[in-house]
Amino acid sequence: MSAPAIDRSLRPKPGPPRSYQFPRFERRRLENGLEIVVASVSKLPLATVAVLVDAGAVCDPQGREGTAQLVAKLLLEGTDKSDGAELTERFERLGATVDGQADWDAAAVTMTALTEHLPAAFDLLGEVLRTPAFRPREVARLKAERTAELLQLRAEPRGLADELFSRFLYTAQSRYARPEGGDEESVDAIMREHLLTFYEARYVPGGTTIIAAGDVSVDDVEAMVRRAFGDWRGAAPERVVSDDVPARQERAVHIIAKSDAPQTELRLGHVGIPRNHPDFFPVNVMNAVLGGLFNSRINLNLREAHAYTYGAFSAFEWRRQAGPFVVSTAVRSDITDAAAKEILLEIDRIRAEAIAPDELSLATSYLDGVFPIRFETTAAIAAALSVLVIHKLPEDYYDTYRDRVRAMTVEQILQAAQRYLHPESLQLVAVGDPAAIKGPLEKLGFNATTVYDTLGKPIAG
Amino acid sequence: MNDWLQFRPMRIPIDTFRLPNGLFVTFSEDHTAPIVAVNLWYHVGSANEREGRTGFAHLFEHMLFQGSADVDANEHFELVQRAGGTLNGSTWLERTNYFETVPSNQLELALWLEANRMGKLLPAMTQQKLDTQRDVVMNERRWTVDNQPYGSWMEKLPALCFPSDHPFHHSLIGSMEDLTAASLDDIAQFFATYYTPDNAVLSIAGDFEPAETRRLIDKHFGGIPKGKGKPPLPDMSLPKTFGQWKREVVPDEIMLPRLFLAFRTPAFGTPEYYPASVCGAVLGLRNGSRLARRLVRERQVAAEAAAFTYDLAKGADLLVVDVTARPGIPAEQLEHEVAHEIDAMVRDGVDAGEVQRATALIQTTFVSAMQQAGERADRLSMFATYFGNPELVNEEVTKYQAVTADQVNAFARTYLDENNRASLLYVPREDSPTELVGAGVAADAQ
Repeated sequence: MSAPAIDRSLRPKPGPPRSYQFPRFERRRLENGLEIVVASVSKLPLATVAVLVDAGAVCDPQGREGTAQLVAKLLLEGTDKSDGAELTERFERLGATVDGQADWDAAAVTMTALTEHLPAAFDLLGEVLRTPAFRPREVARLKAERTAELLQLRAEPRGLADELFSRFLYTAQSRYARPEGGDEESVDAIMREHLLTFYEARYVPGGTTIIAAGDVSVDDVEAMVRRAFGDWRGAAPERVVSDDVPARQERAVHIIAKSDAPQTELRLGHVGIPRNHPDFFPVNVMNAVLGGLFNSRINLNLREAHAYTYGAFSAFEWRRQAGPFVVSTAVRSDITDAAAKEILLEIDRIRAEAIAPDELSLATSYLDGVFPIRFETTAAIAAALSVLVIHKLPEDYYDTYRDRVRAMTVEQILQAAQRYLHPESLQLVAVGDPAAIKGPLEKLGFNATTVYDTLGKPIAG
Repeated sequence: MNDWLQFRPMRIPIDTFRLPNGLFVTFSEDHTAPIVAVNLWYHVGSANEREGRTGFAHLFEHMLFQGSADVDANEHFELVQRAGGTLNGSTWLERTNYFETVPSNQLELALWLEANRMGKLLPAMTQQKLDTQRDVVMNERRWTVDNQPYGSWMEKLPALCFPSDHPFHHSLIGSMEDLTAASLDDIAQFFATYYTPDNAVLSIAGDFEPAETRRLIDKHFGGIPKGKGKPPLPDMSLPKTFGQWKREVVPDEIMLPRLFLAFRTPAFGTPEYYPASVCGAVLGLRNGSRLARRLVRERQVAAEAAAFTYDLAKGADLLVVDVTARPGIPAEQLEHEVAHEIDAMVRDGVDAGEVQRATALIQTTFVSAMQQAGERADRLSMFATYFGNPELVNEEVTKYQAVTADQVNAFARTYLDENNRASLLYVPREDSPTELVGAGVAADAQ
């Protein structure tokens, strides 16, 4: 039975678009070097504050990876004035949700609170950033919690595939080769004094930006910042960069053995490009077509045409140095090789010939149209401003974003695919059953196939 | 100091009407950004599935993205994304929802797409599409349940907590066997029975013009015929409590023991639900909660601790405490430690400060969520679907604020008792690599 032809003239046409501006923001700088960025958005009585510190995981000392993450988390585990339980209580009685995190490029303490509690909550932020106590008991506990996390990872195929993919991608000297939060060995080596040294060197007003978005004025934020951080002192620390050199120039297959796995977690990719790369826009749009959208080539192929998976997507991870480009999916064990072949075909295809104008317009009209939807919440606006600060993007970056996306051509996309996708150096990581997948994957013709245990140590297999 | 209680009540504007074919519509305007959310709830979920067809409501949800009379396969996603919108759908025990957030000038497209699949889905259904989506769902099952540590809890917990003949008992994602048995006839029958305007709520939130939008809704949905009624659900009522401590131990390929401890609690939306929900937040919402403070911070026997409710509006709800052991802590000890904390709460009660902490966090989370047009629309649909009254969304904060420590304590005495517990305890399977667990203990001791 063939379905009758579809009458596309029935589809409603859009009305004229209403204009949208990314929220206006203002920057101020205190005498002590601390930067303030404020976007006043008064939709609801709420604000998000992110204290951004140049103390990301790339700053970790070699052999003690995980320091940045531990420091960021420990800020909220007790100050000179309050122990961890009491400090948490003081935030939460205000209804303030607060989290400390270090990603690759920055550490951030992020808090959302109702406007009426903002002054009190701001004072607490000052206290945690300036007088963290790093009590030995909390240090030991957080180290143990990271150990527990790593232990859990060994049995969790998705996280394991992500972690080991990075490990195989970068040289051992690269900070990117080890997890953001550190591994068993490096976390074990971190002592309280290391945390204090790291904190003192990097948590200084000269390396800190306070971002606020929500129902609050820039003057009010400045007053609150002055009260909580005005007499803080310290010049900007040296900027640290990670080595982002690929470990291998040739294709290789890495199998992490998980016997009897009903599914294979598959990662295929290579080292990508840094966030500040001049070709960010063409690469981003190219990736949307390749594997970024639901209707991308990779997802339509693997999910809708072949039913190999629940979903497949590709991404460039944007960092100050070159983060990974990775295609991720989970597929039935018995078709692991067939799924990998389709991904390889899609990577070759997007480099061989220009994408159709329709594919380009799907990607650009999506990225253009969805722009206002990305910034509905104070948390999302604060996160967007954090990206601006971390990567030193131009002040009009969000104002020109949509024009730049719309200006992309199929030629630029082809060029981006040819320049920034490297089929010859793809690394394939598969967490699955070697008995079922090793033989078929070897036939893909990659340079080498190695089987590892869940800690990433080579085993016979 | 009680100033956290003086939160300005936030009200969102709400308007409602019903089409002659029974479609219930709710509106909530907000012109701060050129964005509009379209949200449809069908009052059908896994609870409505018949025997031998577990997982069908969810499989059917997948089929709704496979086109309709005037929309090609995979075009639904493409049209919304090309319009600059986000979209998805989800299936739950009592409902299935479909939603788009689009630039406001694309509102009619979203309405047309939803109307087209509500009115004219079946001409687009083919065996091949069904076969593909069945395979996709089986892969979803492998990904979320079979190849995921602890993944089976999502089907084991309801199975443990509801009697075998209760509609909430069986698996939402379904068994491989039942998924295989689903046919195109099943699709047609399910569609005719449940995907009718009188079994749906349509909510629009954000930047739209009400009169014009009403005209568009009439135009696109008005001609869809009313349904012929759906079979009533069996009696959903349940005894107030389990009447016992139900236990199941699940050996799994995991590194650390994890306990899901469930309590049967008053149904979502009832007056007693609010003390239950606050009690859950006192126990397990964020780091200052009792379980996080006592078990993670002080006793250091847990790596993580949280609590949540299922928010079931019929029969009874479930409050669930979810605690993962620290390395070196055996499963039995974990269960014992959690039970000890629950017993202490039943015996000694909570204080007003703990209740204030919980309600303050609930308020912030609520206001935070309401920033998004999609969240507003989804909650309007929820209250309209379950209770016929979307205005209830504006009463949420007040209801939470009114909860007192006495009410939480009365709740705890009745519902957290030993005779109202169901524990699903995950233990590392014997052949799991225990030497790694040993390494964890060593690190812990330093």
